[in-house]
This record gives sequence, C-alpha cells and structure tokens, in this order.
Amino acid sequence: MELLQRFLKGDKPAIARVITKIENGTDPKLLEEIFPHTGNAYFIGITGPPGAGKSSLVNAIVPKLLENNKKVGIIAVDPTSPFSGGALLGDRIRMNDLALNENVFIRSMATRGSLGGLASKTKDIALVLDAAGFDYVLIETVGVGQIELDIAQVCDTTVVVLVPESGDAIQAMKAGILEVADILVVNKGDRSGADRLILEMKFAFELRDEKINWQIPILKTVAIENQGIEKLASTVKFHKEYLERSGEIEIERKNKLVLRVNELIEEKIKTHLHNYIIDQKQLKKMIDKAYERKITPHYITDEIVKKMFLKKEV
Amino acid sequence: MNKKIRILIGKPGLDGHDRGAKVIAAALRDAGFEVIYTGLHQLSESIVEAAIQEDVDIIGLSILSGAHMTIFPKILELLKQKNAEHIIVIGGGIIPEEDIKKLLKMGVKRIFTPGAPTNDIVDYIKSIIR
Ligand code: B12
Ligand SMILES: Nc1nc2c(ncn2[C@@H]2O[C@H](COP(=O)(O)OP(=O)(O)O)[C@@H](O)[C@H]2O)c(=O)[nH]1
Ligand SMILES: [Mg+2]
Repeated sequence: MELLQRFLKGDKPAIARVITKIENGTDPKLLEEIFPHTGNAYFIGITGPPGAGKSSLVNAIVPKLLENNKKVGIIAVDPTSPFSGGALLGDRIRMNDLALNENVFIRSMATRGSLGGLASKTKDIALVLDAAGFDYVLIETVGVGQIELDIAQVCDTTVVVLVPESGDAIQAMKAGILEVADILVVNKGDRSGADRLILEMKFAFELRDEKINWQIPILKTVAIENQGIEKLASTVKFHKEYLERSGEIEIERKNKLVLRVNELIEEKIKTHLHNYIIDQKQLKKMIDKAYERKITPHYITDEIVKKMFLKKEV
Repeated sequence: MNKKIRILIGKPGLDGHDRGAKVIAAALRDAGFEVIYTGLHQLSESIVEAAIQEDVDIIGLSILSGAHMTIFPKILELLKQKNAEHIIVIGGGIIPEEDIKKLLKMGVKRIFTPGAPTNDIVDYIKSIIR
C-alpha cells in the first residue's frame, strides 16, 4: 500500500516515516496532501523551564485525555547542540507509562538550530499528527528558561509549568507568562515554596486587563505522584469548551494561520535573499567602500532592499 | 535538506548499569547524531515500538547483565514481526566472545565490549549509514 494511504489509516510506521520526510524536507508535496485532513485535533502546549516536570506531566495527563476512546499524539522537543549539531532526546525517559499504549504516538524532535522553544518543523509535524487522526496533540517545548512565545502560536491551550525552585527567575518571566498561559501549573507541589509561588502568581494575575474573559487558573500538581492531574485534565477540557462555546477558537485559529503565513514569508525571503537576490560581487564592492567609510551599512541595506522590491524608496 | 542519523540507545531488562549507555549517548550526540535515550528497565517491546515511532536508523542496546542471549534475539524477532527489519541493531556491554559470534550470526550487526574507544564506535556507525 502507498505510504499516504497507510498513514491515513493510522499505521504507526507510516506516520513515523511521514514525519521524517517532513522534518527533513525531502518531500515538499507531502504537506499539501495531508493538509486537507487536518483541523480536527486539539493542540495542547506544555512549556516551562528545564526540569520543571513537563515530560512527567505529559506522562500523567495523557491517560486522562485517552478516556472515551481518544487518541493522543505527543511531540517532545529538545535542543540541538550548537557545537556538534547532534542532540540527546531524553523526554521518553519520563513517558514510560505511555510507550506501549496503542492510542499514543510519541515523537522526539531536536530543534536543529531554531530558537524559541520549538523546532522550525514542529508546527508541520503537529499537522501530521492531526491528519493521522489524533484527537489531542501535545507539544512539549525545549524549556530554555525564558517563556517561549512560539508555543502559544500553535496551541489552542497553552499550559505553563513552574516549580518552586524557579523562584527569582519567575520575576523576569511574569509578563511573558501572562501573555502565553491559558493555564498555569505549579508542579512539584511536594516541595516547600509551592504555596508561596501560587500566591505570588495570583497577585501578579490580579493586575491583568479586566476585559479578558478567561481567568488563568493556577493549579498545583505533583506529577510523579499523580496529584492534581485529574483537575488539570478537566481544566484543559474546560478551556477547550470555553473556546468552542465563545467562538474564540475560530478567531484564534485564524489568527494563528496569519502568524504562520507571516513566519513562512520571513523564512522564504531569508533563504531567497541569501541564495539569489543579493549579488555577492556587488555586495563585496560595497563592503569595500563601507570599510573605507565612504558609504554606510544602512545605505547598502537600502540599496539592496530597493532592488528587491523594485522600489525607489524604502 | 537536513537529514540526521537517528539512533535509539536502549537499556533493556533489569540491568542497572547505565554508565556505558550514557557515555555512548553523549558521544554520539557530540558526533552530530540525534540520540533518543529511553532510560533504564525497558521492555523489549517498548524499545522496538519507540524505535519505530522515532523512525531511527539504528537501535543500540547496552547489556551488562548477562541477559544478552535472550534480549538481542527478542529484539530482532520483534523488528521482524513489525516489518521494521530495516532498523540496524548493534550493542555493547559485558558479552563474551563466543556469544558475540552467535549474535552476529543471528543478525546483530556489531557488538562493542568494555574499553572500546567511542571514536571507533562513531566511525563505525558513520561507515554503515548512507
Ligand atoms: C560500575 C559498575 C557497577 C555500578 C553501576 C553504576 C551505573 N549506574 O552504571 C554498580 C555498583 C551500581 C554495579 C552494580 C552491580 N554490578 Co556492576 N559493574 C560495574 C563495573 C565495575 C564497571 C561498569 C562500567 O560502568 N563501565 C564503564 C562503561 C563506560 O563501560 P561499558 O558499560 O562496558 O561500556 C563500554 C562498552 O561495553 C561499549 N558499550 C556499552 N554499551 C553500549 C551500547 C552501544 C549501543 C554501543 C555501541 C557500545 C556500548 O562501549 C562503552 C565504551 O567503551 C563492571 C565491571 C567492568 N569492568 O565492566 C561491573 C559489572 C558489570 N557488574 C557486575 C555485577 C554482577 C553487578 C551486580 C549484580 C553486583 C551485585 N551482586 O550486586 C550489581 C547489579 C546492579 C544492577 N541493578 O544491574 C558484573 C556483571 C557480570 C556479568 N554480566 O556476567 C561486572 C562485569 C563485574 C564482574 N566482573 O563481575 N556495578
Ligand atoms: N519532587 C518532584 N519531582 C518531580 C515532580 N515532577 C517531576 N519531577 C522530577 O523532576 C525531574 C525532571 O522532570 P521532567 O519531567 O524530565 O522535566 P522537564 O525537563 O520539564 O520535562 C525528574 O527527575 C522528575 O522525576 C514532582 O511533582 N515532584
Ligand atoms: Mg522533558
């Protein structure tokens, strides 16, 4: 049978192979073919600092999402080493309870050089799992320490995970958390300082714009002991219902498509810029002039961009 | 295009010796591979299922418990059952010479024993892929 047919039937080796092809960019047509089959999955993002317990939370919450015969696809992103280009992908260590579940598919991804918590192909891989028939697609971000805006641009519900240990670092992150979080989880609730952190975040959230209808719930969990997980799962489902009931889901998803298009335009332009548009010989000449302080880097830039868009002024 | 060699490092069974597996995983990462490490105490079934979902080129098993003569054949058998025989199986650990011979006959591609320089392992993997 053809790869695509097996894929659409939910055959795991076929799903795995389609992901590889999209990740490696070896088959540009493939995404076109699967896209009509997307739009049915609900995307959930899990972000937060390294070691906060994101993978452990995924391991704990997925059994709840599987109830009523649902299927869950998971993408776990870890960083590529900037020195070697290699990566150590270890999120599966914490997801052992899911490894043999028929209705679960887990894929580890390396960032392959992109910043911001996701790999540049993560969004396309999420679509692959959507098309493959998973009801929920969970994305675990890298956890670079800062809040990763990227994740909120793909996910319907974004869960930000903090731990008592994050302490001071959180002060700097508060604004970012407010921007991306739909649900805030304080994990490692068994450690001292958890309740204080919850209180602190409550105060921070009080300063929020009152016009916003969704109040960010703050939940306490102990992922490794399955505490607070039921509540987290029901809160995710409640947020989903809220988005659907209010009609926000359509607005949000259209916004996300706009952001995605913008992002792809930027990517395309960047590659074309370096491959074709800039005449390297001419650039070298201009650089020589700039080196002699005859023209500015700004002037060079304007010249190049004017030519690009065939404009007189930029 | 952006192809990377992907390899799963597995610690099957009750064997708690994970130093070798971690050393190998780090060395392979530093050599530019994408390494999926699934942690200790894995069922053979979990290792094979993970290898399929991750679409790896190679499974590398680290076995210092003496259980190599049951685990390697089981992994090979499961790969066959799941139509995933394209995944190459290699390994390392405390494995006597005469067992290595038998395992290679069964279809394990290569076994490394204590003291094997990680450079040699990296070079070997590069030589068999692509
Ligand atoms: C350190 C050690 C321990 C530590 C382990 C710590 C840890 N977290 O790893 C501790 C103290 C916990 C331990 C416990 C035990 N140990 Co112990 N341990 C060792 C020792 C001294 C060194 C192992 C080691 O870490 N080597 C360093 C690493 C880097 O080398 P390596 O794993 O061999 O890996 C190299 C190669 O084999 C290869 N390789 C390995 N894996 C892979 C995978 C791939 C894909 C590739 C390509 C290559 C590769 O490449 C590596 C680099 O060269 C060995 C003796 C020895 N000299 O090997 C005994 C040894 C392995 N242990 C042994 C035993 C019996 C035990 C215990 C059962 C003892 C007991 N009665 O309690 C327990 C069992 C624990 C358990 N739950 O499994 C025996 C095993 C006998 C056997 N298999 O027939 C050994 C051989 C000692 C002996 N001579 O009797 N042990
Ligand atoms: N004490 C405690 N430890 C936890 C909890 N959740 C996760 N951990 C541990 O924290 C470490 C990091 O967890 P992991 O899920 O890998 O975090 P990630 O990097 O955010 O994915 C592991 O050792 C987990 O066992 C928790 O609720 N309480
Ligand atoms: Mg993780």
